[in-house]
Amino acid sequence: MTIQFNDETFRDDYTFRNSDWAIRRFPFPFHEDSYMYSVNMERHRGGPEGSVYAKRFDVDEHYISEMRDRALVLAEDPLRCQSLPHMTLAGWDLLELIMVNKSEDYPDLFELDRDGNKWRWINKPLSIDDSFIFMDEASLPYGPMEYITRQTQGDFAVLDQRENNLWMDAGMVTTQADWSLDFDIGMNFFEWHAPVPLAHEMGVFKRALKFLLNVQQGNPARRLNWTMTVNPLLDTSPENYHKWGVQKTTLTPENLGRKQHLRVELQTFYRLPRSNALVFPIRCYLIALEDLVTIPKWGRRLHRVIRDLPVELATYKGFIDNRPLILDYLSQFDDGLPTSPGVWPDLDSEPPLRR
Amino acid sequence: MSTFQFPPSIASRPTYGTLGPRAGAAQIMLADAEGAEALLAVAKTDPELMRRAHVIYIPKHTGAQFIDQLRAANPAILHVAPSYAACTQRLHRVFSAAPMGAQLYLAGTEGLIGQAMALALQIGIPKSAIQTEHRGSVARRVQCVHCKGITEDVMIDPFQCSHCGLNLFVRDHYSRRLAAFQGVCIDAEDPGNVPPSVELYS
Repeated sequence: MTIQFNDETFRDDYTFRNSDWAIRRFPFPFHEDSYMYSVNMERHRGGPEGSVYAKRFDVDEHYISEMRDRALVLAEDPLRCQSLPHMTLAGWDLLELIMVNKSEDYPDLFELDRDGNKWRWINKPLSIDDSFIFMDEASLPYGPMEYITRQTQGDFAVLDQRENNLWMDAGMVTTQADWSLDFDIGMNFFEWHAPVPLAHEMGVFKRALKFLLNVQQGNPARRLNWTMTVNPLLDTSPENYHKWGVQKTTLTPENLGRKQHLRVELQTFYRLPRSNALVFPIRCYLIALEDLVTIPKWGRRLHRVIRDLPVELATYKGFIDNRPLILDYLSQFDDGLPTSPGVWPDLDSEPPLRR
Repeated sequence: MSTFQFPPSIASRPTYGTLGPRAGAAQIMLADAEGAEALLAVAKTDPELMRRAHVIYIPKHTGAQFIDQLRAANPAILHVAPSYAACTQRLHRVFSAAPMGAQLYLAGTEGLIGQAMALALQIGIPKSAIQTEHRGSVARRVQCVHCKGITEDVMIDPFQCSHCGLNLFVRDHYSRRLAAFQGVCIDAEDPGNVPPSVELYS
């Protein structure tokens, strides 16, 4: 299908909206009526046609507006994009991975012509047509990682692999769930996860690291993570928390369905060929609760998950104060009927809400 | 006694040991305040090693208390500096000139150890050649995540950023690169509602 790109904002007047298409393909993260941490890693080898898993780097109706928002964040704070000196090769690996995959998956939107190291990249949605020399930094307006990630939805952490660990040595991070690349750059896997409650004790990070160290080229992996965000704000950074934090106090029973969003990260992991680095794209999808509950199964299930979530997790995810208000709202969409297993909407088989 | 048992902590926070004499092509020692006691303990165990050492010492609030004792231990070089910032260039010079096999001893506050460790690693001194021992103040060095300014010797939580003035709580997250904890605005969701500060580890 041809994507109709939205002209919308993720700040100030928040004109971001999901179409019916975007709602039905939303990556709902709960496969059952409860949630606890798990490594929940699976192979990233496509998914149902039209789903966010179908392509390697999903492009959706928010693409152009998200890239505009990223440029605004970077103009305000260039430290959101950093690369330690030894990571330039990984940046070229990443540029190649994205250009090749996007031009193959979306030939009507992206074109890549390669003649030896003379490359031409055409990005139609963003009106970009650049010719450059592959591996020659001077031939691009930015470093290779910054160049390509200014044109690709989602945050990117580029991880160096050494000493049986992964090191956060480069990244483009403007749509993050409250973590700072500038603070975390140079840290290893356990260090940058230090503030996460419970999971260390559960051994989650040890198992996850073991899995990630063994991700092979051409065999990417994926998992989902989630949190809650008031307003469709992409840049929920710690850097700007003193500005956006107060928005969390603006919820009322009347505006909650419109303002409270479920925020889901589709995290994927690719081994890069020359550098042996691991790239970790973190793609953020937002959905207003009033849109989410139009899928009856998701309305029922989200109510149960939020209701039963351990206090530590609700605190860490930043919505403990708003949880009662959110539950009041969601309980209207939970009639107690059982839900089908799995994440899919199952609109044809799940019963409508019984009032 | 100037030692302190830190409570069990997060994965990103460094842990400290006890200095001991180690044979090496050069002996470089850096301490602030009560960190001098850790160096003196090394000197007591191995007076000969101390006589070959290059000691850089920042007395801070201890004034002259340890300077004479350090001098009496008879190090090859004793440099007394008024602050870490004042001796950074010298450290850079000394670390850069350190021969293969040089041993580095860092003792004192977390801020001093963290900054000197980051500098030494950046210059290329291997981690295995660096020993650390915490002594004295348990104050923390904290970076404001909002303005990026670093406030030294933070003893209370929450505290006011010495650069931008925001009220910050100290998140349990430490960066070795910055040698600092992360400070995050505490009253973002309810401006002006700042709980009373408490002394660290009290």
